[in-house]
Amino acid sequence: MIRLENLSKIYKMGDNKVVALNNISLSINKGEFVAIMGPSGSGKSTLMNIIGCLDVATEGKYYLDGRDITSYNQNQLAEVRNKKFGFVFQGFNLLPKLTALENVELPLIYAGVGAKKRREEAIRTLEMMGLKERIHHRPSELSGGQQQRVAIARALVNHPSVILADEPTGNLDSKSGMEIMQIFKELHSRGNTIILITHDINVARYARRLITIRDGQIVSDEEVEMQ
Amino acid sequence: MKFTQAIKMAFSSILSNKMRSFLTMLGVIIGVTAVITLIALGQGSTQRVSSQIESLGTNLIIINITGGRNRSVTQEDLERIKSMPGVSEIAPVLSGGVTVKAGNKNTNTSLEATTPGYQEVRNTHVQLGRFLLQNDLDMRFRVAVIGVDVADELFGRRDVVGEKISINGVEFSIVGILEEKGSSIAGSDDNRVIIPLTTGQRLLRNTEVRTFYLSTQSPDVVNQVVAEIQRFLTRKFNDENSFRVFNQTQLLSTINEATTTLTMMLSGIAGISLLVGGIGIMNIMLVSVTERTREIGIRKAIGAKRRDILIQFLIESAVLSGLGGVLGIMLGFVGVSFLSRILNIPAAISAEVVLLATGFSVGVGVIFGLYPASKAASLNPIDALRYE
Repeated sequence: MIRLENLSKIYKMGDNKVVALNNISLSINKGEFVAIMGPSGSGKSTLMNIIGCLDVATEGKYYLDGRDITSYNQNQLAEVRNKKFGFVFQGFNLLPKLTALENVELPLIYAGVGAKKRREEAIRTLEMMGLKERIHHRPSELSGGQQQRVAIARALVNHPSVILADEPTGNLDSKSGMEIMQIFKELHSRGNTIILITHDINVARYARRLITIRDGQIVSDEEVEMQ
Repeated sequence: MKFTQAIKMAFSSILSNKMRSFLTMLGVIIGVTAVITLIALGQGSTQRVSSQIESLGTNLIIINITGGRNRSVTQEDLERIKSMPGVSEIAPVLSGGVTVKAGNKNTNTSLEATTPGYQEVRNTHVQLGRFLLQNDLDMRFRVAVIGVDVADELFGRRDVVGEKISINGVEFSIVGILEEKGSSIAGSDDNRVIIPLTTGQRLLRNTEVRTFYLSTQSPDVVNQVVAEIQRFLTRKFNDENSFRVFNQTQLLSTINEATTTLTMMLSGIAGISLLVGGIGIMNIMLVSVTERTREIGIRKAIGAKRRDILIQFLIESAVLSGLGGVLGIMLGFVGVSFLSRILNIPAAISAEVVLLATGFSVGVGVIFGLYPASKAASLNPIDALRYE
């Protein structure tokens, strides 16, 4: 479903060139649960941004569902982000002035879904995350774990092909972190494709495939045993 | 994204920061209030002046002799003008300011010395007694027809026919009271005294009549008669700058022009405050974009297109400014009703002005929101997400 061919990302800072990704080739199939691991500065976030269409590669090809999206413009990329990806961030990234429900409705607003259907879908997804009682709360009235569950609901509500999670447990205590990882495991067992970015091996273990990246290159790509 | 959704979003964003939104709107509120009030008062006074002039009669022509001493119009000339086709009546008028006294009371008023024809030409009639007669002129009788203000001032009542007054120290007897006319731009029409021309020439020590009022048989022939008189006087004086012939229509358009210019100028100044209001909006929208960089990043990550962000911020500034416009209109209504009462000017806010003000304030919001909105829309999602 996702296929990267000889992908490189080079940042120019004045006269210096910083190679963030160096000639990466990678395929991820539907239904996989992949963890991308690496120390900070290894290029894993850049890789996630490119996979998630938030950024574009300097060289190489990116095929999504068999379509070459390397040359897509900003608007087309926005549409791909809206339809194909659901993002879960380390810092939750909820809009503080909106309620949980309104936050979850946002992707549907940009997808052009009508108000009634939008509401139903958002409520359904929030209930799935066990937040039925909290839909009218603002992020500041929710615990970290609850906020991250709202964020997951927002990522799921538009039925994306891939869920991209960037250090989803980074800002949580270990108990909430485990709960969140259980949710990802559950989502995977229901057939969702999940890509997890982390530097924590305990988090990475929830995945079924572990890709390690260092200095912009893939150094290992292996199956992980069921926990 | 749908339009109504965008408007809802704009309102919730504006309401979430009430004090700041209000202060931002203040510039537009003041601008719109000023524009509305000034235009309404300007239009009101123009209308009043116009209707006053029209009430004098649209078939009136005024001739002023402005040239040197020897430029006088003889009785013969008058007969000649009167016999022109379309001319109905002509009345020479000699005027001046005088002091009128009765008993121990006195008042300053304007005096017009004229002929019986004045009655028809100026559409001026008596409510009591009689107007001037040819006999009064022939015999140089010291009789006067007075306005109601003069009667009120000197006698405290209006049935004063037969009473004596002294004008600049000369005794006159009152033979008629004029109908009440109300006040006009040139002061009160009721505060005046009319006496026979011949008597007036002696009283004012001036035999040279330089003003003539003339009425035509119908308003349609006014222009034709004006041209005829101009031709006649040009031939007589051999100088077309030594006299002026004008009619109500010309006077009307001159006054309209003057008040329109004044109104435009005042509204221009008020418009500048709208401009300043717009700059205030732009300023606060730029601050808002910076503050909400992260929000913009999140929205973009979730799938907002350039256009969605652009429209969101544009609508926000248009709503902010439009709301200011609506508040300004309401305040304008209050201001107009207050000022028109104080200044005694009949002023009404026309629908066009309201529409114009609304459109203008929304337009100001869109124009001044354009730069901040496009700045927001062109943010890179990754940088925006990283922004703390």
